[in-house]
Amino acid sequence: MPPSRLPGRLTALTLLATLLFMPPLISLFDRPGESGISLLPLYLFCAWGLVVLLAALLLEGNDEE
Amino acid sequence: MKWEALLFVVAFGYLALLFVIAAWADRRAETGRSVIGSPLVYTLSIAVYCTAWTFYGSVGRAANYGPAFLTIYLGPTLAMLLGWLLIRRMVRIARAQRITSIADFISTRYGKSNGLGALVTLVAVIGIMPYIALQLKAITFSHAVLTAYPAEAQPNLFEAGILSDKSFWVALVLAVFIILFGTRHLDASERHEGMVAAIAFESVVKLLAFLAVGLFATFALFDGPGELLTRAAALPELRDRFGLDSVPGGAGGWVGSLLLAGLAFITLPRQFQVLVIENVDDRHIRRASWLFPLYLLAINLFVIPVALAGLLLGEAARDPDAYVLTIGLASGPAWLPLLAFLGGLSAATGMMIVETIALSTMISNHLVMPLLLRLRWLHLEGYRELSGLILGIRRVAIVLILLLGYLYHVLIGESYSLVTIGLVSFAAAAQFAPALLLGLYWRGAARRGAAAGLIGGTLVWAYTLLLPGFAQSGWLDAGLVTQGPWDIGWLRPYALFGLEGWDIYSHALFWSLLVNVGLLVGVSLFCHQSRLEQTQAALFTGHLHPDLMPTSLWQGETPRGELRALLGRYLGAAATARLLPPAADDDDALAATQEQISAAEQALAGALGGSSARVLINSVVRGEALDLEAVLSILDTTSQALEYNRRLEQKSRELARIGAELRKANEQLRELDRLKDEFVAMVSHELRTPLTSIRAFAEILRDSPDIDVSQRTHFLEIIVRESERLSRLIEEILDLARLESGRMPLNPEHLDLAQMARQSAEAVGHLCHERGVELEVQLPDESAPVVADPDRLQQVIINLLDNASKFAARPQGRTRLLLESHKGHWRLSVEDNGKGIAEAEWERVFEKFHQVEQTGDDKASRPRGTGLGLPISRGIIANLGGRLWIEKGKRLGGARFVIELPQAPSQAEKDPDAQWLPAS
Repeated sequence: MPPSRLPGRLTALTLLATLLFMPPLISLFDRPGESGISLLPLYLFCAWGLVVLLAALLLEGNDEE
Repeated sequence: MKWEALLFVVAFGYLALLFVIAAWADRRAETGRSVIGSPLVYTLSIAVYCTAWTFYGSVGRAANYGPAFLTIYLGPTLAMLLGWLLIRRMVRIARAQRITSIADFISTRYGKSNGLGALVTLVAVIGIMPYIALQLKAITFSHAVLTAYPAEAQPNLFEAGILSDKSFWVALVLAVFIILFGTRHLDASERHEGMVAAIAFESVVKLLAFLAVGLFATFALFDGPGELLTRAAALPELRDRFGLDSVPGGAGGWVGSLLLAGLAFITLPRQFQVLVIENVDDRHIRRASWLFPLYLLAINLFVIPVALAGLLLGEAARDPDAYVLTIGLASGPAWLPLLAFLGGLSAATGMMIVETIALSTMISNHLVMPLLLRLRWLHLEGYRELSGLILGIRRVAIVLILLLGYLYHVLIGESYSLVTIGLVSFAAAAQFAPALLLGLYWRGAARRGAAAGLIGGTLVWAYTLLLPGFAQSGWLDAGLVTQGPWDIGWLRPYALFGLEGWDIYSHALFWSLLVNVGLLVGVSLFCHQSRLEQTQAALFTGHLHPDLMPTSLWQGETPRGELRALLGRYLGAAATARLLPPAADDDDALAATQEQISAAEQALAGALGGSSARVLINSVVRGEALDLEAVLSILDTTSQALEYNRRLEQKSRELARIGAELRKANEQLRELDRLKDEFVAMVSHELRTPLTSIRAFAEILRDSPDIDVSQRTHFLEIIVRESERLSRLIEEILDLARLESGRMPLNPEHLDLAQMARQSAEAVGHLCHERGVELEVQLPDESAPVVADPDRLQQVIINLLDNASKFAARPQGRTRLLLESHKGHWRLSVEDNGKGIAEAEWERVFEKFHQVEQTGDDKASRPRGTGLGLPISRGIIANLGGRLWIEKGKRLGGARFVIELPQAPSQAEKDPDAQWLPAS
């Protein structure tokens, strides 16, 4: 049986999430939107939702150890 | 005052409900129908992370510092994503070693060190006590807000007296709850089902309550998030509130608190309790890894809308920490503030329950019991039953923890805002992270290093966070913070060594972790590990597989009776009988086996922690207690042996795979050999039949010269016919041989399949007529260009038509030849109205010499084939790049043979001069 690829994928996802939640990426979205209020919270919630979705897809997949 | 009675009923009614739920879950667990065995309940129990601090404090933090509150939840999201790798590993180790708390985990990792366990316990108690106080403060505070509104809340505890403070009574009820459901069994690794069920329920309540407040603030009070944003943008002081600049410490502060929350999520004693100790099945971690971040996302979704709504309400909403309550009070239905109060209560009580259980286990196992065991004058050996004593210690610890928390809340709590206390506790818990995480991955991490790191880190934490806190409360001179002790500027607690511009938490985290990790690594590299330490380190880091351990580390001897007496004293008679069932009457006098000693140590570890268990076993096992030299020599060789073993396993797996392939190839060869033998036998048989008759008639002609002419002609005709049959047979066998060896000469050229089909139908028309079979031909009007060898293709079509007419029903036999286009191919099908062929036979008819079974009456009347026609036909079609198969006839109901050939571009489109050679 080939070794499970899940650990590698999970580590990669965690690194991706860390990048998404940290400067400098979050600084890119720290500018006023249409209403004049910073887009940062909106971006953070979107990125968060995306990370949860990816984790769900990864962990509910068929990669059984 | 209208709220006073109502709140009383609701709060204590809610606590009563918790009792009911916990009792029900415990009852279910006893009958073997556990309610907590699901990933969902596991996730909800982890959500004890969201305390009253989340419930009230997040909004307050968002109102003051914009997105900063999110780091407290993004950090655990990152940590939980790695749960399947990191937390599962801790769960497995904790289960194998019967770990009871984070103090036990760290102490067991570093050679079951008692001192380290006590140290972790002390740090946890000092660091977490404010956090428990915070929960009680939140209850008092929310109660005060509700009862005083619309006046300003005045939590005047000293004037009203402790007895009228609701949080005091809540703390007492919680103490009873925790004693009932947290200290029922001594064996902590038996888990607290009732408590976990109650915690999961509390997590649902706080989520629903917060969502209700959020929905009300966003959609009822205002016209959706859009309006909230537009109105907030109109106020200049709010416009810039939600950028990175509002976060204390800016980008650096952001990263710092992200790291802080991520570490604290794993190392807070209550989180360790629910994540590792209360885990029922490590497969639950898989789903919880994304479900828990989803929970965090959901409970934070409305924090900003509620904060905005509160800020916009202005004066009516009072303190930002109270927005969750006051928004409903100011302009909502009466039940909303009540629901919010319940949510806050559930968040606060959930945290207090788990934290208190975790701390009381740590205190009894790592502070009190080791002390009692040391004090010989207590003569503990004399007691018959000590399990009651241990449970008693734990119960006293529970009451003390809650009372201390309450005292803290009364004495110092007023000077802090909610959020400050929480982060101070987080930073204390983060001090466990280096010893815990490095200990899991670095075998060299040593006990002295861990102790030095923990002490150093905690001292720095106390200096940079705790002392300034005291100073701000007025207990110490405020000059300590502004000028530094003795006016030494570079010792200022919030700007140590002149490091300024950071927020106080990132600042404290940086210095404390620097000292902590530095000491842990530095000291570990330069000190000697004891043997037990080395073994434990190897077990925790996965260098030593538990199966490879010798069954016991105990070399000494002890009678079983003494072992039983020891277990009986600490675990009670029932557990002892279960662990060491007596085999015979004089069993007690026999020496205990290594397995029995090991089992006893494990059981004691589950109740008292690893270090106390070792001391106790040591006290009864005589002779040389530990022979770790042997274990270590095994360990060093096993590390290598494991590596060799791993490679060997890989090799043997490869060999097994190759072996299986060879076996398969061999079977195929045998099968081919068998088929060849069969083929030769059949060929000989088929050849002999015509030969026999030729020979017989030739002999008659030779031996009877006077035979009459008509007879002679008849015999000669038979000889000629049989010879023809013989040569046809040989021709077919040769064809087959050529086909199988791939040397069949084929001359593919462009031809019209429709025309070819028509010619073939004409060729067999006469034969069909003779057999009384009607042949229906249905061909398209246009041409059907294919590339094929015309002679061979015709041979196949005639063969199929001939077969069809042979097997068509008698009388009124019908056959049908149909040509149609299908996805870039031409399909020529021949169908009859005979009995058809069973599906199981569909492939077998293409085997050599396979004859379709014919029933009795038909046998004589039907001409027999050679059994080679279909295999040859299939071989030819395959060589022409097409397919030949059988299916059930749809129109006539018999068998239907289908030839499929790829369509060729029509001849007219091609350059007529080009010499076109089709690929073979």
